[in-house]
Amino acid sequence: MFIIFTKLADWLAYGVLNLNPESKLGTATQFFIEDVSKIFVLLIVMIYSIALLRASLKVEKVRDFLAGKNKGAGYLLGSSFGAITPFCSCSSIPVFLGFTSAGIPVGITMAFLLTSPLVNEVAVLLLVSLLGWKFTVLYVLVGILVGVVGGMFLDAIRAERWLQSFAAKALERGKNAQLGQPKVESSNGHHTSDSIPSSSMLFSERHAFSWTETREIFARVWIWVIVGVGLGAALHGFVPDGWIEDHLGDGQWWSVPAATLLGIPLYSNATGVIPVMESLITNGLPVGTTLAFCMSTVAASFPEFILLKQVMQWKLLAILFLMLLLAFTVVGWVFNFISPVL
Amino acid sequence: MMNIKVLGSGCTKCVKTAEIIERVAAENDVAVTVTKETSPEVIMSYGVMSTPAVVVDEALCHSGSIPTQAQIASWLK
Repeated sequence: MFIIFTKLADWLAYGVLNLNPESKLGTATQFFIEDVSKIFVLLIVMIYSIALLRASLKVEKVRDFLAGKNKGAGYLLGSSFGAITPFCSCSSIPVFLGFTSAGIPVGITMAFLLTSPLVNEVAVLLLVSLLGWKFTVLYVLVGILVGVVGGMFLDAIRAERWLQSFAAKALERGKNAQLGQPKVESSNGHHTSDSIPSSSMLFSERHAFSWTETREIFARVWIWVIVGVGLGAALHGFVPDGWIEDHLGDGQWWSVPAATLLGIPLYSNATGVIPVMESLITNGLPVGTTLAFCMSTVAASFPEFILLKQVMQWKLLAILFLMLLLAFTVVGWVFNFISPVL
Repeated sequence: MMNIKVLGSGCTKCVKTAEIIERVAAENDVAVTVTKETSPEVIMSYGVMSTPAVVVDEALCHSGSIPTQAQIASWLK
């Protein structure tokens, strides 16, 4: 099925551009065209078809489901829903407050918000087609684990102490309301989102949603595909085989924390970072180091953290940031350690 | 005069939403004041979790996406 992209790349690189298939420039260009065209087609088809399926899954439904769940199951459920529920990252503050004012503990809310950028369906399908199902399963498990453990830790240190006061009060009200009655009432008599009639969706509505979604996501990630594959092509064509393995292999303990730190100033979403991941792994960077770098790129970024300042005090923000860095570093070490066994 | 609020963190989608509402209102000759509400506390008080959301005369009528022109026109009646 993917042979068509190889043929297209051969034709463009060696035919139209008349490059020598024996030369480094030739193979690098051929690789670049093949991968970019393949990923672009996969992305468009996948984003659209998945959006069709999940058009009616709304974050409001998840909140109602999670409210009142016991803590043990709550972390896993929160994290898993984070993986499958779509929402724009600019909605993360309203989502945080919506969950909080429904009395959902901070740890479960954060399990949802931590896993959400790391794992999503499009990323999963791209991973399967580029890096195989084994790595995909690993990646998804780690993404969910980071959310679950992070959430448990935040509740264990009673993170709600360091919320901004209005958010802490909303949580308190939500918890009390949960004891009395399960339904969350608005605190000041506004008409709330419950008043929007929810009906089952027509196909035309699903199509409209999916098409908008496809255009939006594609507009956001295409540049990352070019960067990721370009990086891969450069490594592929110009860095001698084995160089990365020799110099950045798993022999050095510091390469993992270094990769995590390097990922902080870089910011991308999970879909965009996967082509980068593919080129790093196929060029011999250890799996753990790659995971640490990519997860840090996706989940730990300053713009996101500045947004969270609206609902959290500095102390909690700092704890959260350090927690993520530590988590990704540990993930990296563990995977570098066990990957030869896999 | 209708009082319309666009709730959202100030991302491009919210800015676009406000622009489209102003344009549709002008086309339909309806007098409106459109304000952008970015305070998380206020957004929470409307029970909104997906932005951009639209509040027309204190009633929430949309949330989670940029509304279509047809939707906006129906609120302005």
